[in-house]
Amino acid sequence: MAADRRMIATPENLRSSPVAARQDGLGIQLDRVSKQYGRQPVVRDISLDIAPGECLALLGPNGAGKTTLFKLMLGLVRPNGGRVTIDGFDPATRTFRAVRAGIGFLPENVSFHDAMTGAEVLAFYARLKGIPASDCAPLLDRVGLTEAASKRVRTYSKGMRQRLGLAQALLGNPRLLILDEPTTGLDPALRRRFFDILRSFSEAGVTVVISSHALTEIEARAGRYAILQSGTVSALGTLSALQREAGLPVHIRLTLPPDRVQSMIRRLGERCTVTPVGAGHIDLACPEAEKMALIREIMNADASVEDIEVRSTCLDDIYAHFASGRVRK
Amino acid sequence: MRVSVILAVKEFRDGLRNRWIAAAVLLLAGLTLAVTFLGSAPVGTTSTTSLAVTVTSLSSLSVYLVPLIALMLSYDAIVGEAERGTLLLLLAYPVSRWQLIAGKFLGHLAILSVAIIIGYGAAAMAVAMLTDTAPGDLLALLALVGSSILLGAVFLMLGYLLSAFARERATAAGLAIALWLGMVLLYDLVLLGVLLADASHVIGERVFAGLLILNPADAFRVFNLTQFDSVSAVAGLAGPGMTSAASPTLALGAMAAWAIVAGLLAYIRFGASEP
Repeated sequence: MAADRRMIATPENLRSSPVAARQDGLGIQLDRVSKQYGRQPVVRDISLDIAPGECLALLGPNGAGKTTLFKLMLGLVRPNGGRVTIDGFDPATRTFRAVRAGIGFLPENVSFHDAMTGAEVLAFYARLKGIPASDCAPLLDRVGLTEAASKRVRTYSKGMRQRLGLAQALLGNPRLLILDEPTTGLDPALRRRFFDILRSFSEAGVTVVISSHALTEIEARAGRYAILQSGTVSALGTLSALQREAGLPVHIRLTLPPDRVQSMIRRLGERCTVTPVGAGHIDLACPEAEKMALIREIMNADASVEDIEVRSTCLDDIYAHFASGRVRK
Repeated sequence: MRVSVILAVKEFRDGLRNRWIAAAVLLLAGLTLAVTFLGSAPVGTTSTTSLAVTVTSLSSLSVYLVPLIALMLSYDAIVGEAERGTLLLLLAYPVSRWQLIAGKFLGHLAILSVAIIIGYGAAAMAVAMLTDTAPGDLLALLALVGSSILLGAVFLMLGYLLSAFARERATAAGLAIALWLGMVLLYDLVLLGVLLADASHVIGERVFAGLLILNPADAFRVFNLTQFDSVSAVAGLAGPGMTSAASPTLALGAMAAWAIVAGLLAYIRFGASEP
């Protein structure tokens, strides 16, 4: 594994990453889709329009319906109500087979036939998609599995399996990538590499739908974010739109001499929420719109302020806000 | 079809890789040789062994072994893939469910055929070379090999049916064992019991033959033991009533019907399931 990581980090390896060919992404429309298993509703009345070439991140706790939504998009399960179309086709019909070849799917906790080698696994999936076997070696190289290609999948670590899973999803210039928690098991260097690959596909026009629990790493990497909560979309939009919609306060932390803390609290107490934190620190919370005015005020008020740390609303805060039970009407 | 062939090739390679094929060939060849060279004593002629005797012994062996091997190959075909998590990905590919079953079937049938042809063929060749062999006996051997493969096909399809219904691999394995015991052993016992209890001969010869053919394992026996005179003479099954009521063609037809119906049911069940 150590040798394997070293290989990925080398510059020539990164240079060799080919740029994805220009693609017409597939659009996805979900129109009031619902799905229940037995009497348990898993997806409730979801309408979602994913434009060709868009990168949408699906966020939500376990059991919110992300994986079921993916299965609906792939036509593996049929909705109980509503309609799913991909590029205008119903994915649960036979005629969808031709479109299927243009979809790359990485399931959650991907697994393969352990007795086959990595190269054999990829060649098998390539044949199923009708892609020449010669396309496999560059893909294995791209995910950094060239050295391990002739080893049996049984001996692979979680991260290596995940990379093999990614390689099969990228087979044959996909027009749509559906990635269910793709970064689990990857170390930080590999995660970065994964997002580099993802960006090159996204920039080439491929539609990407990705689910993740790692909010900090998906932040700013998707165009829009959909937060799922008990089978419904509780929030949907770009990061800035969600920030606005959530209306969460900006947090500002001041560092100043301990003897000035009290006067500062008195002065700012009327304008925003003030919380003293230890000796010489104050936490302020104010609406996004008043952030600049407040900072000017602080600078004018006291020249002894040593540091100002501004923390804008991040995806973590937005997620916590929307996933905490508040369901959008 | 192309997709099914790809899947079949993979199954066959898996069979080579995990020594499944080697094990099945060794098992069949070993038992065939044992049956041929040790099993001639009961017939009365200890000095020579004829191919007809071998075919008789082998058809009894096939009834037990071929269904067992077929069920072991097929019981986890669907539920096993689902449990490993490979089914979800496979179905996201341009692979329809009937192609998946057809691919597995072709691959497994190829494994089974190789095992039967090599296993029985090798042993039978040894007998044929050591003794005078009538051309009719060779035909009987060919018929045995062919019908063994058909018997295998029936139990492969039955295995897929179990696999499509079971929610867990272990359940499918249990069902496969139960099916094997029921069809290969218990059915005959029950039939025999009924015949013994039926002192007033309510069950006629025709009904009895029909009941025999209803079970693919017995249909296989009927086919192999009645089709060729030399074989039925050795098997002690010669009798005009028996051969007329349970014709070899009907027996083959019954087996084919089992394979088709089981395959269709497996497909319908699998098609309705959601991974």
